[in-house]
Order: sequence, then C-alpha cells, then structure tokens
Amino acid sequence: MLTIADKTFTSRLFTGTGKFSSNAEMRDAILASESQLVTVALKRVDVEDKNDDILTHLTHPNISLLPNTSGVRTAKEAVFAAQLAREALETNWLKLEIHPDPKYLLPDPIETLKATEELAKLGFVVLPYIQADPVLCKLLENAGAATVMPLGAPIGSNRGIKTREMLEIIIEQSNLPVIVDAGIGAPSHAAEAMEMGADAVLVNTAIAVAGNPTTMGRAFKLAVEAGRMAYEARLGKQVKNAHASSPLTEFLNL
Amino acid sequence: MTSTETFYHYIQSYNWDDISRQIQSQTKRDVELALANPKRTITDFMALVSPAATSYLEQMAQEAHHLTLERFGNVIQLYIPLYLSNYCHNACAYCGFNAKNDIHRKVLSLSEIDKEIAAIGKLGYKHILLVSGDFPKKTDANYYTKVAERIRPYFSQIALEVQPLETEEYARLHQTGVGFICIYQETYNEKNYRNYHLAGKKADYRYRLETPDRIGSANIQKIGIGGLLGLEDWRTESFFVALHLKYLEKKYWRTKYSISLPRLRPAAGAFTPKSPISDREMVQLICAYRLLDKEIDISLSTRESQAFRDNVLPLGITSMSAGSSTEPGGYATNNSELEQFSINDNRTPEEFAKSLKEKGYEAVWKDWDSWM
Repeated sequence: MLTIADKTFTSRLFTGTGKFSSNAEMRDAILASESQLVTVALKRVDVEDKNDDILTHLTHPNISLLPNTSGVRTAKEAVFAAQLAREALETNWLKLEIHPDPKYLLPDPIETLKATEELAKLGFVVLPYIQADPVLCKLLENAGAATVMPLGAPIGSNRGIKTREMLEIIIEQSNLPVIVDAGIGAPSHAAEAMEMGADAVLVNTAIAVAGNPTTMGRAFKLAVEAGRMAYEARLGKQVKNAHASSPLTEFLNL
Repeated sequence: MTSTETFYHYIQSYNWDDISRQIQSQTKRDVELALANPKRTITDFMALVSPAATSYLEQMAQEAHHLTLERFGNVIQLYIPLYLSNYCHNACAYCGFNAKNDIHRKVLSLSEIDKEIAAIGKLGYKHILLVSGDFPKKTDANYYTKVAERIRPYFSQIALEVQPLETEEYARLHQTGVGFICIYQETYNEKNYRNYHLAGKKADYRYRLETPDRIGSANIQKIGIGGLLGLEDWRTESFFVALHLKYLEKKYWRTKYSISLPRLRPAAGAFTPKSPISDREMVQLICAYRLLDKEIDISLSTRESQAFRDNVLPLGITSMSAGSSTEPGGYATNNSELEQFSINDNRTPEEFAKSLKEKGYEAVWKDWDSWM
C-alpha cells in the first residue's frame, strides 16, 4: 500500500489523460490499468461545463483526479491555476507542473520550489514535477511537498530511465514518496523504476499512443506490480562473470 | 548577438539566391544524412525541402506521422477565425482586402461582435483567432484591446492575426488575455517583397520582419509565422521560415511556435501565383517541418480542400479550423462579397469533428486557459 497525504493506493501506477484518440478509449485504458490516481490538465477541461467530456469519462469510484498546471510558466500563474482547480474540481491535490520551455517541457526548479512553498501553506497536497535533482528533492521536502516526481526522460519522449544515477540517490535520500514521472515508454521501463525502489510511476504517452491502449494499460499494471514485487523480494547482485573460486581469500583455507 | 539585434540583422548573412542554389544542389546523400540525424538542423531542412528528397517522400511521411503521434497524440486542435474588419490601406497584390479593390468595407462594432460570438458559441469553439485588415484609423491596438476584453469570458484562447504592432501594444493585449499572435512575412525575399506590397505600412519589409521579435519581447505565449506559398520559390521561402523559427526558438525560449501553410487561392483582384506549390510538394513541406521540429504546431486552414486536409492530417498537422467565414459579420449573417478568400472545405464544425473521430482523432476544443 502506498500512502500519500490522506490517501492510500493499492495501485502504484498513476496515469494521464492526454493524447488518446477518444475519451471513451482513455477511460477504458485507465480502467484496464487499474490506476487510482489520474492526472488531467486543467487547461484541457472546461470547469464551468458540468458535462465536460473528459471529466464525465473520469467519473468512477476507483479514480481520484489529480489536476495539473501544465501550461503555466511561473509560480504566480501556478498558484492562481491551483486555486481555480481546487474550487472547480473540489480537490486540494495538485500535480505542480511549471515548464516555461514549451519545447522539451522541462520543469523550472526555482519557480517550482516557490510555488510548492506557497501552495503547501494554502493547504494543497502538492506533487511537484521536477528534474531528477536530489538536492531539489530535499528542498521540496522542507517546503511541504507531498511527494517528489522526478523525470526519467523528457515528457512524452518514451525514452525510459535516462536519469538512473540521480534517481537512485533521490530514492535513497527521500522521506517522501518518489514517483518517477515522464519518459517511461514501455512496461519494462516502469518495471525498472519500480525495481530501483520508486514508490510509483506516472505513465501517459506510452499508453495513449499505443496500438491498443487498453491492453497497454494492463501491461503497465502488470509491469509495475512485477517491479514492486521484485524490489520487495530484494534483487540479487548483478555480476559480469561467474565466480567459482575466491582467489583473494583462498589462503585462509590453506 | 546582442539583445537589441533582431532577425533583420540575423538574416543578413543569408542570401536568397545562394540558398536557392544550395537547395537545388542537394543530393540523395544529403537527404539520407538529414533523415539519419536525430537532432535535425537547418542544413538538414535544406535537404528535406530539396528536389532530391522527392523520392524519399513516403519515408519522410512515416517518420513525420510517428513524431507527431508521439508528441501530440491522436488529437487535433480546433479554432475558428473571426474577421473583424476588411478595411485595409495596404495594396497587397494577392489579397482580396487590397485597398484598390472596390469591395464593400466593414468593421464590426462591439454589438455586432456580440452577435458573432453568440453564433460562434453555439458551434462549441473555445479557441478564437481575430483577423483584421490593416487600417489603424478603424482598427488599432485600442480597438483590439476592447474586442479582447469583450470576448474574454467566452474563450479560453484568444489569438490575433492583424497588422504588426508595437511591443508595448502587444504587452497591453497580453494583459487582456491575448495569448497567441500570428504574423506572416508573406515572403522573406526582400528584393521582391516590395513588388507584392505596393502601398501602406506593409510595404516596410523590415518592420514586418521584426514583428515576432517585438511579440517575443512582450512575453506573449505563442507566435505563429509563415510564408505565403506561391509568391516566390516555395523551397527557399520555407527555408527562411525555418531559419526564422530556429532563431526565435533560441531567443524567446519560453514561447510556443506555430507554422501556417497558406497557399494562394483565387481572390477578388485575380492574382496569379508565380510559383504555385503542388499537393505533392505541400506534403513534402509539411513532413520537412515536422522532421525539423517535433514540437511545432502546424496549422492548415479551410483554404485547402476537404480531401487534401483529410489526407495530410496524420503527417504533422496539429491545428485546424472548420466552419470558417472570412467575412466580417459572416457568422451571424452571410455576405460573401466581403470575404478575403473563398473557403474550400465547407464542412460544419460538427461534421468535421465527426470525420476526425472516424479517422481515430479526438477534436480538442480547449487546450488553453485564461490564467495562462
């Protein structure tokens, strides 16, 4: 079981809602993945429309919404968007995304830290999307973040765990749940992050643009479970050669 | 490059005729190297728009489709243009709004805009593009500001395609919620530019060329650029558009960019394009832009036919209009003698969204917000 703030999750797979070819397909894939926390870009939903098609398709007892601030460029804009989200979607959970660079959508650490501090004071459960920067993770912890969400590779790139060395340090040092977000392009990548000891992963593009998103949703569910199970069972050490003898300590047996 | 330098300075080291010759002399080897490069440069782009790339069209299309899918997913953003005025003091040889054309002129009042907005609202649009001719006595930055303030509650994204303005005017428009400005250079060929732009403020090549710099300085979130395809050799024109894009991306790195691909269509005043671009070449160009820049928005208007729009959709197009009227007041009442150009794809937004669905695409009506 994974606990974040006041919620517990049996699934360690978090998902997103972008890029699907229809909202019905999105819903089917999310349900197949058994994900319980689903992020949705505020800019994509019409919060004034009670029949908004995305929100309607996400109404399900097993699904909690995690609004995200994709599109904001500063802490100030993020705080404003968060307050709108809290009012309109009736949740104080927030995936904080401040990526002023629209090309690679890389997060701004300075504005993210500022916004986290302010939002935590305002009572939000803040899940900030960040670079795999171990020091920033500790600063966010002090600022009142509920988790850290370091990236494996740029958003939507499907390139896998490219920040492995830094993620290992973050997982080692963090007092908060570590959710590897962005870049996970295949179930094997998700399993890899979970084997490393990540508390959860967030996957969107790899499911949404798959040939069969529903089957891919299920594949990710299984991979995340397998990875977590392997982590809990403790992996054996990886070695390059077979070791039959002990050349350095053999003298002790003589 | 110092901060006061603009694209006008940057472009001086590129000669139109040299670039044309270089594009013509690209070899298959250049195309293959361009296709193999995962981080393509402007040099690669030159190969991709060259005649040598013609035999690699399917391969280019496959990769363009793959890149678009990965970045944007199975979605197309929809927007609608609202023509505010067809008054224009410019005399652009190819445009229906040319000051010399004897057409009925009209500028929408705020109450007429209300009627248009009511008609557009019923269609479901949340992204609107305000379009106007260049006639500051009737439509200046103050007018656009008033319009933007008036329509702000009804739209999540307000875009503007009007005459070039000053940096502080852009900053003011940004405050009222305008997040996207389109300004098309028409042609980057400075020598021939004046042959098409015979009078009015638009005759000033440099002022127009530096407009995206002014928009970027005003911190507007999104800028649209493009060339008017058909005026000059499209391959060279597109190279300069790509050069401009790469310059802007590095300098105004917080800004999103969009490319438009308007092809000259029949208009009142009957202008014959010197260098028309064929469907096959349009496909090559769309793919070349996508291969150069995975993140760029590419927009295709209703100037294009239904069949062509349907076929090029998967190659890299990310934004489209549907149910458009190019005349001021055209949504509330139809009056085609006022229009800028004639529409080739006459599907209603609902029909268009349905046809997207049949192709496996979700129509996105909203992907922007007032707080952005």
